[in-house]
Amino acid sequence: MAFEILEPGLATTVQDRGRFGYYNVGIPQSGAMDELSAEMANALAGNTPAEAVLECTYMGPRFRTDMDAVIAVTGAPVDVKVNGRVRAQWSRLELAAGDEVSFGILQGGTRFYIGVRGGIDVPVVLGSRSTYGLGGIGGFAGRPLRAGDLVPVGGGAGALGGQEPRQEIDDGLRPRFEKEISVRVMPGLYDHRLTEQGMETLLGATWTLTPVADRTGLRYSGPEMEWRPRQQPFGAGSDPSNIVDAGYAVGSIQIPGGKEPIVLHRDAVSGGGYAMVATVISADMDLLARSAPGTRTRFRPVGMEEALAARHERRALLAQLWGTGT
Amino acid sequence: MAEILSPLPGIFYRRPGPDKDPYVKEGDRVDVGQTVGVVEVMKQFTEVRSDAAGTLDRFHIEDAGTVNPGDVIATVSEG
Repeated sequence: MAFEILEPGLATTVQDRGRFGYYNVGIPQSGAMDELSAEMANALAGNTPAEAVLECTYMGPRFRTDMDAVIAVTGAPVDVKVNGRVRAQWSRLELAAGDEVSFGILQGGTRFYIGVRGGIDVPVVLGSRSTYGLGGIGGFAGRPLRAGDLVPVGGGAGALGGQEPRQEIDDGLRPRFEKEISVRVMPGLYDHRLTEQGMETLLGATWTLTPVADRTGLRYSGPEMEWRPRQQPFGAGSDPSNIVDAGYAVGSIQIPGGKEPIVLHRDAVSGGGYAMVATVISADMDLLARSAPGTRTRFRPVGMEEALAARHERRALLAQLWGTGT
Repeated sequence: MAEILSPLPGIFYRRPGPDKDPYVKEGDRVDVGQTVGVVEVMKQFTEVRSDAAGTLDRFHIEDAGTVNPGDVIATVSEG
C-alpha cells in the first residue's frame, strides 16, 4: 500500500498536526503550515484530524497509487489530474490501483494538501509523523519526497467510526487565497526596542511577501524601521536589532537590521539574538501559510482578549468541520 | 506558437551561472524537454523546459526578473 513518487514536486513533505513539547530542546512543532486546509483534506478522505497528509509547495508531485484509494486535495487552487483528466479540488476522489495523480500550475496561494484515507503511514517520531527537514526528523526519511520514493499509506479504513465522510467542503467553509490580507499581531516582547515611529511603520505599512518564504519563516519587503539607540548589553550583538539570545515564539516577527521583517513559522529555530517586536496570533498563522509571494500584507495590532476570541472562533470552525459541536 | 510557462514563483535566470553562457538565445532552435532557464525559489533552482520543438522567438521575462506561476517566460514558433 503505497504511493510511488514519479516526480517529487518542489518541496513535498509529510505533515500532521505537529510535534509538540520539544521546542525547549530546539525541535520545532512542524506540522501542516495551513492547518485548516490540511484538516479539510483529512475530513474529505474520511480520516480523523490526526492522520498525516502530503503538503505540496508551489509545484505538486506526480505519483501512482498501487492500490484503490480515497484521496482529497485542498488548499491553494490548482488543477488536480487523475490519469491526465482534471478532477475537482475540495472533494472526495476515488482512485483505482494504477491511477496516476498529477497537478497543474498553481493558480494562487502557495501550499496544497493531499489527504488519503488511512493517512500517510510513516513512523511516528517524538509523537508526530511531521517532517522537520532541517533536523532530518520525522516524515519520509526526515526529508522532502524524491522521485522513486514509495510512500506508505495506512491500511485503516478511515477512523471516522462509522460516520459518513464529507463528499465535499462547502464554498463558504473553504479558506480564501487572497492577494491582500490583514494579519493580527500582538505587540511584544521587544517592541520597546523600536522607536515609536518604527512601531508605527511596522503596524501601518503595507508589506509585500518576498519569494524568501518557507516552512521556517516568511520575509517581507517594505520601509525601514528605526531602533531606539542604546548601549548594547553584554551578550547582545552589535546591530541594534540584536538582543541577548532569547527563546523565539512561533509567529514572532524579527527585523534583522531594521529591514525586511521575518515572521517565524512552524519549522522555526527555537531561539536566537534578534528582537521580536510582535507575534502573529495563532488563529492567523494559516493566513501566512496561504500567502503567495507578492501578497500585500498588513499587521493589525490586537490585545490578548481579541487573540483568544479568534482562537476560540477557529476552534468552533474546526468543530463544525468535524461535526463535534463546540 | 507555443508558450513556455513558469511553474513557480521566484527569480528567473537565463544562464546556469553568472559567468556562464545562456541556456538558449532568442532565435535558437529548441527541442522538447530542453532547458531554457531556471527559477530560483526557497534556495532551490528548478529548470524550466520547453514542451515544444521549434525556434525560441522571444523571452518575455528578463534575466533575473521576477516570475509568478503561470507567467509566460518565452514563446516558441513550432516546426
